[in-house]
Amino acid sequence: MAGPILEVRAITKKYGKNIVFQDISTTVNEGETVVVIGPSGTGKSTLLRCINLLTRVDRGQIYLDGREITAPGTDEDEVRQHIGMVFQNFLLFNHLTALDNVQIGLRRVKGMPPETAYQKAMAELERVGLADRAGHYPGQLSGGQQQRVAIARALAMDPRIMLFDEPTSALDPELIGEVLEVMRKLALEGMTMLVVTHEMGFAREVADRIIFMEGGRIVEEGPPEIMFGAPQNARTREFLWKITELYGKHEGQGRGNPG
Amino acid sequence: MSNWLQLFINSLPGFLDGARVTLELTAIGLGLGFVLGLLAALGRAYGPPWANALSVSYIELFRGTPLLVQLFLIYYGLPGLGVTIDRFPAAFLALGLNSGAYQAEYLRGALQAIGEGQMMAGRAIGMSRWKTVRFIILPQALRLVLPAWSNEPIALMKATAVVFLIAVPELMSKAKSIAARTYDPIGAYLGAALVYLVMIFILAEGIKRLDRRVRIPGFGDAEAQHGV
Repeated sequence: MAGPILEVRAITKKYGKNIVFQDISTTVNEGETVVVIGPSGTGKSTLLRCINLLTRVDRGQIYLDGREITAPGTDEDEVRQHIGMVFQNFLLFNHLTALDNVQIGLRRVKGMPPETAYQKAMAELERVGLADRAGHYPGQLSGGQQQRVAIARALAMDPRIMLFDEPTSALDPELIGEVLEVMRKLALEGMTMLVVTHEMGFAREVADRIIFMEGGRIVEEGPPEIMFGAPQNARTREFLWKITELYGKHEGQGRGNPG
Repeated sequence: MSNWLQLFINSLPGFLDGARVTLELTAIGLGLGFVLGLLAALGRAYGPPWANALSVSYIELFRGTPLLVQLFLIYYGLPGLGVTIDRFPAAFLALGLNSGAYQAEYLRGALQAIGEGQMMAGRAIGMSRWKTVRFIILPQALRLVLPAWSNEPIALMKATAVVFLIAVPELMSKAKSIAARTYDPIGAYLGAALVYLVMIFILAEGIKRLDRRVRIPGFGDAEAQHGV
């Protein structure tokens, strides 16, 4: 396996006295898909935001390609170009077409000439299967299509790693499959991904490693065979049992209906 | 009735002269007010504490005092401080400052309604705060503000009438001199009212058209559908 792209060293995040997470350390290697699972309110989303520097950690360091990005004086805007982020509620730019959503970063951040940016953006839309929707506005797209455009928007920047923050949680069950399908394809293409999700089917099938977080700490981590087959920790077992019960149904639907 | 009509037609050049000045006052006041209002709204929404404080003071000061007082302070007060100012610049300045305070509040409301999510999404692809405001937030906020903001040009056009008190030859002061010349105040002021009415009708229609033109396709439905 290739070397680490993302390295998180003992990071802690607090809001006042309330500790969101504490002493989280992990490494994501090139081409690896790591899935973070755990109950709501355990700081999984905040963890992603900290990695993307949208929120500051209180302690610890984060390294991207061996460079500390939590160091003072880091150009955060520059760092974020290399970290793709996909949000739970898509957050597409509502006033822009699918195409413009994907190319605005290329034009305004990377300063690409219009023709090159257009080609690149169309290629990314093609990658998520939405080239034929290039001229549609977010309000004219289904939730699943919006999320795929959001993935294309992040991919267009050629990130070193993609962060997914519960990318299917805001979707109607019948739309989940098409988004998971795109993510599965990305994983196969060798994209490095850190995914927070409740989709256990996706985790089991695509993840190289699963991290179970609870109460702001990493309780257990390991390959999916072990996490699903023989988790060491009682809490992990309990959570997985509950979540399969809850989410088992539409997951089956999603898989049967790939985009 | 026919007397009034006759008077109106005879005095039409005077009314049109006044209307032109009224339009000028409205346009410049609105433009200046837009720039000031935008700066103040951005200061409030995204600025550092000092910019926020400055914006709040400006908005409260100019919304909390009568336009006429502001006009007199500028026209009669500034010379006392050693700044001479002509009646036209004084009128533009007073109208612009006053309108800006109102426009700032409309714009701030729209900026806030866009929400943190769009800012986060912009930052996430590596845009700076300013770029996100410029390319993501403002284009949406300016569309969103239109229905509420459309009161402002109309209110401002009517408010321009007060500057006849510093003898700016706009529609109201033309009406006054027509009334004095013809000894027919009812005819003169009805004539002025009619011209205001027509201008405001055209203005309102223009804004409606603009609103339709810049609407984002599917945006309204999207909110209902996905509850975003």
